[in-house]
Amino acid sequence: MAITDIKEFAHLTAADIESLGRELDGIRLEVEDSRGIRDARYIRRTIRAQRLLELGGRLALFGSKYRPAWLIGTAMLSVSKIVENMELGHNVMHGQWDWMNDPEIHSVSWEWDQTGPSEHWKRAHNYSHHTFTNIVGMDEDVGFGILRMTRDEPWRPINLLQPIANVILAATFEWGIALHDLASARELEGADRRQLNSQANKDFARKVFRQVGKDFVLFPALTGPAWKSTLLANATANLTRNLWAYVVIFCGHFPDGAEKFTVEEYENETRHEWYLRQMLGSANFNSGRVMGFMSGNLSYQIEHHLFPDLPSNRYPQIAVKVRALCEKYDLPYTTGSLAKQYLLALRTIHKLALPDRFLRATADDAPETSSERKFRDAGAAVVETLRTDPVTGERRGLLWALRARAEAKIASRRRR
Amino acid sequence: MGLKNWVEAPAAAVVPATRSKLNWLRGAAARLTTPLLPDDYLHLANPLWSARELRGQIVEVRAETADSATIVIKPGWGFNFDYVPGQYIGIGLHVDGRWHWRSYSLTSPPNWDDKLISIAVKAMPEGLLSSHLVNGVPSGTIVRLATPTGNFALPDPPPERILFLTAGSGITPVMSMLRTMNRRGQLPDVFHVHSAPTDADVMFADELNRLHDEHADFRCKIQLTRSEGKFALSSLDEVCPDWRERQTWACGPLPMLDEIETLWRDENIEDNLHLERFAVSRADTSGQGGTVTFAKTEKTLSIDGATTLLEAGEKAGVLMPFGCRMGICQTCVVPILSGHAVDLRSGKQHAEGDRVQTCISAAAGDCTLDA
Repeated sequence: MAITDIKEFAHLTAADIESLGRELDGIRLEVEDSRGIRDARYIRRTIRAQRLLELGGRLALFGSKYRPAWLIGTAMLSVSKIVENMELGHNVMHGQWDWMNDPEIHSVSWEWDQTGPSEHWKRAHNYSHHTFTNIVGMDEDVGFGILRMTRDEPWRPINLLQPIANVILAATFEWGIALHDLASARELEGADRRQLNSQANKDFARKVFRQVGKDFVLFPALTGPAWKSTLLANATANLTRNLWAYVVIFCGHFPDGAEKFTVEEYENETRHEWYLRQMLGSANFNSGRVMGFMSGNLSYQIEHHLFPDLPSNRYPQIAVKVRALCEKYDLPYTTGSLAKQYLLALRTIHKLALPDRFLRATADDAPETSSERKFRDAGAAVVETLRTDPVTGERRGLLWALRARAEAKIASRRRR
Repeated sequence: MGLKNWVEAPAAAVVPATRSKLNWLRGAAARLTTPLLPDDYLHLANPLWSARELRGQIVEVRAETADSATIVIKPGWGFNFDYVPGQYIGIGLHVDGRWHWRSYSLTSPPNWDDKLISIAVKAMPEGLLSSHLVNGVPSGTIVRLATPTGNFALPDPPPERILFLTAGSGITPVMSMLRTMNRRGQLPDVFHVHSAPTDADVMFADELNRLHDEHADFRCKIQLTRSEGKFALSSLDEVCPDWRERQTWACGPLPMLDEIETLWRDENIEDNLHLERFAVSRADTSGQGGTVTFAKTEKTLSIDGATTLLEAGEKAGVLMPFGCRMGICQTCVVPILSGHAVDLRSGKQHAEGDRVQTCISAAAGDCTLDA
């Protein structure tokens, strides 16, 4: 079963967690105090660039009968949609730019270029996912209710279709998100799914109508004889955006090392343990400036989960400090190349499609989920050596313990 | 819903209903630019081309005294020049990456001719925005504007006999009234007492002199308080014997206004008196909390400095948006209509025009929320 006692799992004392939490609070204050004109310029330039890209792409598609124009238009529109989604929509709606007090760049008023209404998404994402991150049974984003992403969840025959479900989810990601958010909006309203005139359903229908109408009816119609190629271009841009968003999200949450938690853990959690849960539950991927920008800086998922409302352009700088803290407290900082992180997630998707009897590891000690029990089960004497170095008497942290466990496992497998 | 309404719907909230053809066009364009509005693209070309909200461009900053200036603004689309002299506007300025909101009296007479408005600003020693406006704001700067409002206004036609009592920057709304009456050629019998510390501090001194010279009915008494002391209301009988019969507009520091109000009440002529109290309210940083008013439901509750605004709302029985209750999800964000709130995590203050996360903010003095 996933983590029930984060303190024990992290090999930290209550005092350690307090001081780690205070250091993280310090990072937040430092960034808050230094937000200013440069950050404002960054977000405004991004907005301007995105809008010009979209305009340019739409214009180019008037000539979409010609292959080069189609390619250029589709590429511009795809990039525009990606930026709009990741660096703008996602981050603005997190309130990262609310400090500017600009009514046009504010979490309260922003609407994004995606199927689901931003109101629905904010509730499901900002509230449910960011508050109850990776708590199995509370955070619906663990597998989005479609995929079994941890063996804490019992296997059902439908999971056999997981590899296919995964591909469909990737291609239609915005719809997956929209339906997922709609369900939580209905729940909040207390409306039955069949109650067609509920506010949630009405808001959803209106948004879908506009989005589909724009990309699949109005703009193709406007380009007249080029309507077919424009339609195809718009569909391609949406698909590209969906695939990219899907990859970024999956790399941030489902590679090995992104831990899952139990409701018990949540119920006794302190404010600073919340930080720790965010750190251990998320994963980064390596990115330079371009990749960081195109992923809405969600390549810094760990930093984003610690400080979801700090401006995204500051995550690279925050990451340096968070990484140093991980080193100081001997905690893992889960990161790797985009390809590696995605392949790890993909491995879990395919592995967990199978019934438990084909799986060797337990929910306490598996690549995608583990708990403090995996150290406990090794026996009291071993646990002691995992916590303190028998020679120097120095305290050892989680990272050391994880490595020791992994080495012991490899050794025992060799012996067999 | 008819076709016309359907097409106009997306732009309905941002364009006055009177301009129907424009609405139709904008509504139709908004179908294409969804989820944004056409304005979001138009103001890439010209920041003034937005009817999504009122905007303006500063065209001139003219010094009035050492620490005050007249700011001339050219409003963008949708501004209604049909305001009443004496009213004030909200102005939003971008300083260090952040928009700040303040209200200033209009000094310009309502007019359609040159499509310009002006405000006069006096730099306050601790006023971030006023100092910025007086000393640093370059021409060409784009500002946000709020529609002119306020009850401190001159009726049309003006009363036959008027008394103005002003001090310091309290002269600004009265200036708008004087200019309007002068422009319309209907300056009636006006007696104006204006107080300032020294000669150099008198805003619009030249203009007052000119009015004085050109209009026999306009009498202006300048009281220089540093040399002559405060203007004594008891001397009104001497300098303006019929003051009790005059419609009076007074604007200046709070103690002065209180004194005037008391006298007019004692004389039983308070119906003749119009006051503008525009001393900036300050945040109460004592940590004592304050009275929170929930504007939509008209409920109020007094809370201490440790109770969050969200808790206050829930206690008062207001349906408040809520979320994580720890300041991360932005679900509970609500605008402050007046007063101040303080962020309990960082101690940062929020004022009128800001939107606050109610779950981690407390009242800093009395405040009103749009909830």
